[in-house]
Amino acid sequence: MAANPTTAEAVTKTANRVQPLGRRTKLTTRLVGLGAISSLVATVWLGLWVTPPDLVMHNLVRLVYVHPPIAWISLYLAFGIAALSSALWLWPRTRSRFFDRLAVSSMEVGTVFTALTLVTGSIWGRPTWGVWWAWDARLTSTALLLVLQLGYLALRRVPGDPDSRARRCSVTALVAAVDVPIVHFSVQWWRTLHQNATVLNANLSPTIHGAMAWTLLLGFVAFTLLFAWMLLVRYRVQVLSESLEGDELEGALRERWGETGDVGNAAGLVGSAGAGEGALVGVSVTGESQ
Amino acid sequence: MWRDALAVAGKDLRIELRTRVLLNQVVPFALLVLVLFAFAVGPGRGPMFQAAAGVFWVALLFASVLGVQRSSAIEASDAGRDGLRMSGLDPAGIFLGKTAALCAQLVVLELLLGLGVVLFFGSRVHSAGPMVAACVAGTAGLAAVGTLYGMLSSGLRVRETLLPFLFLPVVAPVLLAGTRAWQSALGTGATGASPWIELLVVFAAVYLALGVVIYGPLLEAA
Repeated sequence: MAANPTTAEAVTKTANRVQPLGRRTKLTTRLVGLGAISSLVATVWLGLWVTPPDLVMHNLVRLVYVHPPIAWISLYLAFGIAALSSALWLWPRTRSRFFDRLAVSSMEVGTVFTALTLVTGSIWGRPTWGVWWAWDARLTSTALLLVLQLGYLALRRVPGDPDSRARRCSVTALVAAVDVPIVHFSVQWWRTLHQNATVLNANLSPTIHGAMAWTLLLGFVAFTLLFAWMLLVRYRVQVLSESLEGDELEGALRERWGETGDVGNAAGLVGSAGAGEGALVGVSVTGESQ
Repeated sequence: MWRDALAVAGKDLRIELRTRVLLNQVVPFALLVLVLFAFAVGPGRGPMFQAAAGVFWVALLFASVLGVQRSSAIEASDAGRDGLRMSGLDPAGIFLGKTAALCAQLVVLELLLGLGVVLFFGSRVHSAGPMVAACVAGTAGLAAVGTLYGMLSSGLRVRETLLPFLFLPVVAPVLLAGTRAWQSALGTGATGASPWIELLVVFAAVYLALGVVIYGPLLEAA
């Protein structure tokens, strides 16, 4: 019986053995990553050097190439993909591991983008409004969205049987997805029933310079590519970590088996330890013994 | 579905009548929240009068977390969830029954809590109709979301800490709308109550419908 491999070795082994995404997907990931990097560089160059400063906001206007694209991804794209794939997982006809993995990947990457939306908004708000935080309708609903997403991720981290975890998480994603429009409207009323238009509307200058419009568009493309690349990579990580979970259980069982050297005991162990994946592990362990 | 709902609601309410967990523990806790808020805001009459509506709904939200935990704890021991799953009852009926039982208990809590607000915070009721309407719609929404999350978090080892974190952000609109509706009814608000009550009704309807559809798959996972 070989010595128990260290975790690092196990990870490498799993990464080498499991080919979660085919060669074509791998190539796509690289191309998307390349596209994201080059378009981001172009956005930075256009945003910082080529485009002119704004009449009212001066150089602060350059945040417009960063903040709205990030917000678009976090509020619509990432959350939409997560909610849609959760619903597809719950629907018995389209149930597959793919949608569960896609949901968690999109939610996790989306949470990063939501946090970035709040951070970049705060950085923008301090010089223009004079405060880091205002109880503006959009800020409040974005903050609540972040809490909902963190709740989903917390639930995701709770150990347990993969199938029931996927079930719980997809229900949470759906509950949150239904909540987001309600939160949006209630917060909007909460603010607008008291005061008139929000500050945000007044900021965008009435005429937008041609170069600025193109840079903004490029910013949207760049951050969407970045999101797609992160999603692909995160999906691969999800596949790897799932197969590592299974490998660890199998390794632990084999180790115990080596200690006792008794098939009867090992079978008993499989029955008691592998409650969730008992059937699967049981098959592979008995396969080794013959 | 409706007969199953009645049976489940009757069971939960009978258990509450015999154990009196809600009446002996959750109601005093809610009143305690009122007193704590009075310490935080008071003792001036003006600020307390202004805060009364918000305090009521915050206390209700905290107490409903406990109510949800109790409601899901009923099935936690003695493999009660397996019993429910194998009983052949319609999952939608189970969901509606548990929601109705939680609703009934929360309404009792609200009556006492409302009395407490009037007594401690010196609020004067201008129009009782919107207050009752906001309470009924808000409670239905709270109970629907609570029953969903109660079943979702049951069987997890970290359920006590996870449940408030999942439940409270989702019901934040209830707090917002309920507070505004009550403020207008207590004469401290600037806006009318009716849009907020409509929002509460929509919230309750959406989550009751979602629960009816989704409770079945959830019951299998727990």
